[in-house]
Amino acid sequence: MTALHELSLREAAARVRRRETSSVELVRAALARIAAVEPAVGAFLTVTEAEALAAAEAIDRRVAAGEDPGPLGGVPVGIKDMICTAGIRTTAGSRILERFVPSYDATVTARLKRAGAVVVGKLNCDEFAMGSSTENSALGTTRNPWDGSRVPGGSSGGSGAAVAAGECHAALGTDTGGSVRLPAAFCGVVGLKPTYGRVSRYGVIAYASSLDQVGPLARDVADAALVLEAIAGHDAADSTASPRPVPSYSAVLEQGVRGLRLGLPREYFVEGMQPEVEAGVRAAVRELERLGAVVEPVSLPHTEYAIATYYLIATAEASSNLARYDGIRYGLRIPADSLGAMYETSRAAGFGTEVKRRIMLGTYALSAGYYDAYYLKAQQVRTLIRRDFEQAFQHCEALVTPVAPTTAFRLGEKVADPLTMYLSDIFTISVNLAGLPGLVVPCGFDTAGLPIGLQVIGRPFDEETVLRLGAAYERATEWHRRRPGI
Amino acid sequence: MAITREEVWRVAALARLRLAPEEAERLAGDLDHILEAFARLSALDTRAVEPTAHVEDFGALLRPDSVENPPAGDEPLTNAPARDGRFFRVPKILE
Repeated sequence: MTALHELSLREAAARVRRRETSSVELVRAALARIAAVEPAVGAFLTVTEAEALAAAEAIDRRVAAGEDPGPLGGVPVGIKDMICTAGIRTTAGSRILERFVPSYDATVTARLKRAGAVVVGKLNCDEFAMGSSTENSALGTTRNPWDGSRVPGGSSGGSGAAVAAGECHAALGTDTGGSVRLPAAFCGVVGLKPTYGRVSRYGVIAYASSLDQVGPLARDVADAALVLEAIAGHDAADSTASPRPVPSYSAVLEQGVRGLRLGLPREYFVEGMQPEVEAGVRAAVRELERLGAVVEPVSLPHTEYAIATYYLIATAEASSNLARYDGIRYGLRIPADSLGAMYETSRAAGFGTEVKRRIMLGTYALSAGYYDAYYLKAQQVRTLIRRDFEQAFQHCEALVTPVAPTTAFRLGEKVADPLTMYLSDIFTISVNLAGLPGLVVPCGFDTAGLPIGLQVIGRPFDEETVLRLGAAYERATEWHRRRPGI
Repeated sequence: MAITREEVWRVAALARLRLAPEEAERLAGDLDHILEAFARLSALDTRAVEPTAHVEDFGALLRPDSVENPPAGDEPLTNAPARDGRFFRVPKILE
């Protein structure tokens, strides 16, 4: 019999609705699993045991009274610590917000709760979501559940690790350059970065506002679709959240892929890739062909400029967004004689090395004399990268690519060289620059037993097609059923 | 050399970051290394290309300017690093 913590989100919610399992039992199972594996995984920065049990009891009372507890009713979920939770500290993985307790829920938090989900805790991440391994968190180390000497990916590493290790049935992450998709690939779970504008960012700590998006991590595509349905849609509190109606993503998952035209970008299969990653992705592409999709080569010629473009735009926006951490109204304050000295010492003590590096890079790129050469130039190249995708999507409905050049690397392996770390994002960042949806599904394992991910990129607001492709692939394969032996 | 040590100090002042000397030294090296790699962008001819600031496909969304939230009371002060009654305490800003 499947243990409660191993159930899919759908199955767990169905059992609560049928009164076969109570929400309190699900939450207790998740808390027991958290207690058992956290010493080895370290996915959580805060476990909200009392609040979760109280919320579960409330769900159980509603079910007993004959009410519908919602599509996620009674199921334990985790939330990345970039996303505000009323009354629960929200740190962004940073010393500067270590004791920050928001007075309100982010829209996505409120929508998860409204759909009946029970929040069991806040998940570790790279500080201010700046990183690809979660090693930039100032508040804890998260390890990959498949191999404790490896990183979980980043920046939503706690979200990926917690879902893979069975500590919650799904989690929210944020994705500015790959931060949902990379941990999904490294931890062997499903991750979706929705189209820019599909999900509200109200109450989400800002990193780079023209790129940031919230997305689900889950154990299969149908669970990810269910979470997206719960969180997507217009929000009067976020003017960048699109007014387009939210379709029923769950309704299209059975449709199959026959006749879908898929593009295989030649620039995404490069020298220096781990051969097993390339082999795994190519095998997945053959499987999609066998299922009836038509695969053709496409070109995204400006791919080689994406890393530079992203790291100039993202750091420029970050330098502006993080100007708010001044030690005045909230966050860390180091007392000093003058206001200026207080700003400088508080920020120096509160921010970690990578955050300072990015603030510096962004401030430099925006400063007088450099703006045209760096920031404006990057925005122009961003246009060229968008056009690459627009042209590719004239011939095909979706693109299939690797998620990263390698499987999960070792803790400490890339921390000394920021550029090497940045290269982990080479296959994910263009999707943010173009504002597209990107789905990751597990598609194999390397000889060390580490998961390999497949990325499916769709047209703007066409989450339905990428989810449909992912679901069809899952029905034909078993990779997503494997769990780490932790 | 794309960035000098003097520029690192100038940028740190703009960003309100107090750097230790060895930190500034390291950042100068890091930024130089990163900007050198990013110099490849200058090879692209973008004279006729419009910049992309964001990718939204809808215009500005407007809503009635009505009060939605009740008065916050003490809430905004609960995270204050230092407060004095209903006020945030800060160092003297005028001499």
